[in-house]
Amino acid sequence: MHIVYRDKEWFVDQEMTVNRMLKYLKLLPESVLVVRNGQLIAEDQKVQPGDEIKIVSVISGG
Amino acid sequence: MRCRRCDNPGVINMRQHKLSLCAVHFPEWFLERTQRAIKKYAMFARAERILVAVSGGKDSLALWDVLLTLGYQADGLYIDLGIDGGFGYSTLSKAKAVAFADRHPAAHLIVVDICQLYGENVPQVAQRRHRPQRPCSICGLIKRHEMNRVALEGGYDVLATGHNLDDEAATLFGNVLHWQVEYLRHQFPVLPADGQGLARKVKPFCRFYERETAAYTLIRGIDYIEAECPHAAGATSLAHKETLTRMEHDSPGTKMHFYTNFLKVKEAGLFAADETAPELHPCPQCGQPTTAPNLCNFCRLWETK
Repeated sequence: MHIVYRDKEWFVDQEMTVNRMLKYLKLLPESVLVVRNGQLIAEDQKVQPGDEIKIVSVISGG
Repeated sequence: MRCRRCDNPGVINMRQHKLSLCAVHFPEWFLERTQRAIKKYAMFARAERILVAVSGGKDSLALWDVLLTLGYQADGLYIDLGIDGGFGYSTLSKAKAVAFADRHPAAHLIVVDICQLYGENVPQVAQRRHRPQRPCSICGLIKRHEMNRVALEGGYDVLATGHNLDDEAATLFGNVLHWQVEYLRHQFPVLPADGQGLARKVKPFCRFYERETAAYTLIRGIDYIEAECPHAAGATSLAHKETLTRMEHDSPGTKMHFYTNFLKVKEAGLFAADETAPELHPCPQCGQPTTAPNLCNFCRLWETK
């Protein structure tokens, strides 16, 4: 799967839960939302090879 | 995690509420909760005209969308500050606000161009005032003045901003760390009009986590500017938000309790208005209330040009 977060990207060839993916990327679930193939998904959902994942940061400054 | 209302898979799990909702029921819950906040703090009535401060970001566009969906008379105000940051930040954010207004037949957008009105944009003023790296206080001053001016001149009853619970909790955290009692006195979801030239200000999203407003925009397909203001990098408020979010991760509900319990103690009389607060008088140039002895801080910004 292709994961995009801000200006970074990763290619991961493994099925896992969103929670595990965020742990792997050292991101707190409270600070992001995860969009799989254009749809918002919760942390217990699975992501798998072939998925297009966008991690949206929800903490804005100013 | 299943949606509490229909048992379909949830798209957002809000641990602080022990609540998971699907893409159909989350926006419903979001609208209901906004309406409850409007009522709880008596923010505005159905017949009143609302001016929504729109930055092109997720919170303000979500707020405008929610108010229009709930049937309120809500116009948008975009203030073009002329911030570029190497990627045309103001141009991009204005485009998001304009695109939103174009998509909604009921939405009327007012655009104020600071450079056109006053001859300089925010980075230029900051440069002249020797604050090129940290123009945030100047930017805040200009925005507050212009929001108030447009609200009063346009005959709006109330000015609404998209401040969310994370914004409010971070502000509260900063004010408590430094015991800024005067600021604590003024932090509340509603600041009433003072009858001397300050418009009523409300924050209908003050009980939503930032993650919830982001989820609402994603589910509703609202296109917002994801890039941060280039001057926000390194902002103290951002550091406070990150600290609070780490605490929230370890103990869900921390941010919510921190802020809502503050509101409760305020309503019980803590941090009550200071009778000895300096008196306001109208600025001889712009007419807006100020405690400054002569021109207000906004008018003084342009005086030394």
